[in-house]
Amino acid sequence: MNDPRWRQGAQALRGRLPALALLAALLALWELYALTGLTPRWVLPSPSDVWRAGVEAAGLMAPHAAQTMLETVVGLALAIVGGLALAVGIDLYDLLRRAMYPLLVASQTIPIMALAPLLIIWFGYGLLPKVVVVWLVCFFPIAINTADGLNGADPDATALLRSMGATRWQIFRKQRLPGALPAFFTGLKIAVTYSVVGAIIGEWVGASQGLGVFMLRASNAFLTARVFAAIAVTSLLSVALFLLVAALERLAIPWYFAAAKREQWEEIK
Amino acid sequence: MSRATEPESGAPKLELRHISKRFRVGGRVVAALEDVSLALGAGEFVTIVGPSGCGKSTLLNIACGLLQPDAGEIRLDGQPAGERLGKVAYMPQRDLLLPWRSVLDNVTLGPELAGVSREEARREALADLPLFGLEGFEHALPAQLSGGMKQRAALLRTLLLHREVMLLDEPFGALDALTRLQLQEWLLGVWARFRTSILFITHDVEEAVFLSDRVLVMSPRPGRIALELAVPLPRPRARHMCDEPECIGLREKLLEALGLDNPSG
Ligand SMILES: Nc1ncnc2c1ncn2[C@@H]1O[C@H](COP(=O)(O)OP(=O)(O)OP(=O)(O)O)[C@@H](O)[C@H]1O
Ligand SMILES: [Mg+2]
Repeated sequence: MNDPRWRQGAQALRGRLPALALLAALLALWELYALTGLTPRWVLPSPSDVWRAGVEAAGLMAPHAAQTMLETVVGLALAIVGGLALAVGIDLYDLLRRAMYPLLVASQTIPIMALAPLLIIWFGYGLLPKVVVVWLVCFFPIAINTADGLNGADPDATALLRSMGATRWQIFRKQRLPGALPAFFTGLKIAVTYSVVGAIIGEWVGASQGLGVFMLRASNAFLTARVFAAIAVTSLLSVALFLLVAALERLAIPWYFAAAKREQWEEIK
Repeated sequence: MSRATEPESGAPKLELRHISKRFRVGGRVVAALEDVSLALGAGEFVTIVGPSGCGKSTLLNIACGLLQPDAGEIRLDGQPAGERLGKVAYMPQRDLLLPWRSVLDNVTLGPELAGVSREEARREALADLPLFGLEGFEHALPAQLSGGMKQRAALLRTLLLHREVMLLDEPFGALDALTRLQLQEWLLGVWARFRTSILFITHDVEEAVFLSDRVLVMSPRPGRIALELAVPLPRPRARHMCDEPECIGLREKLLEALGLDNPSG
């Protein structure tokens, strides 16, 4: 019982309790409303309908979900590589910052939905256009957050390292980069929450497999409960990815949490 | 016959000659330092006191090479020192411990940058930890240290740079009175053991007298040396010396030079 990990787990659960309770209440309300029959079931199925449809179509949905996850993970991985590379480049070369930063921000006004059909024309119906959509969605938050993190390095600490005779590269390696990790993870967490949806948008425009395709087909057949089930799976996958990144973050930058919350101080009661 | 690169024996470790520095702040030009000269001999402990904003930190930044003076010359071991970065040990006003590094990794930053092997640097640092009151905290993160421990860690980091000259910018400025008194005595112990030359900055006249061989008083902006005062108290210093008339007299002279009224009058 005194195992600190157990206690931390219990604390984390208690912290989430209000959110879980609200979710349960909303689902219950929805279920009750559906029971009144005011809206036909094929327009708005009840949560239990969605659950049944999901269980029934689980086998059918699995390969679609796997395909979507493949597109997501590949796109995300490439976005991490590209985002980090650009952030580092922007940090090292001021000219690159002044050239790229405004364009990067402006590029975010382009609606991805409008771009997706073009990507099909350019890259065909295979994996590539979906990966590109995921990449476009994820690249920006990673690059900008990491660049801001690098740029936000404490100038006094940089001065200290310079006074010790550190080279530019040593300052980057030992101060700027480690100091930018929290910002990188913030960007990555934003990116993963959009990533699965990015893949689905890519699939809507043209694909033979994936949750996006599954949704379109179910919708065309008026299997509304199935559409909802696919939406729920999409959310679950996004949340799972998010939690994975959050766990990695805890492992990668424990000092950040120690500094922010002093949680490593174990009070002795 | 000594070659030009060899230190002249008896030359000051650090010498600032006629240093002036101005800053441009929002279109206005602020003169921070005007014709400041000082010398720090081998093994000497010199303290600068002065009101806030008179240019003390600017002076140290110039001495360690982070800033260049508008006029004047800096000499190390009697030789003009153009590129000074990495040649003197500088401890800034804030502790600036890197929050992601353990105490041990923070204090060995200097050797690490210089390419000393990790084991060697750690071995030496570990041997010094008890003296610095950090034993058992080698793997703690800066966020888990008290204010006094952070200052001691920052000081050990400065010491492990192994420079003959140490520039300490108000190392005890942010500490409570009690911790401050303890760390003053402790610093004298460390200094006696490592025999470096220290240029120390403080606002505290009592601290200045207790620690130093010489005290320099700086005038308000633009900073100038208004008074130089030798402290003829014997070493090792003891706290009770501060209550003797000679010492009280020194403090009063310093306060007067700082433009403060005689506190006992
Ligand atoms: N980088 C800078 N740019 C512009 N002005 C500066 C800069 N550094 C210092 N100054 C100015 O120079 C003057 C001296 O500053 P400095 O930090 O050296 O004072 P200080 O004596 O160390 O003060 P304190 O005791 O409060 O630390 C101040 O007026 C300050 O505004
Ligand atoms: Mg200062």
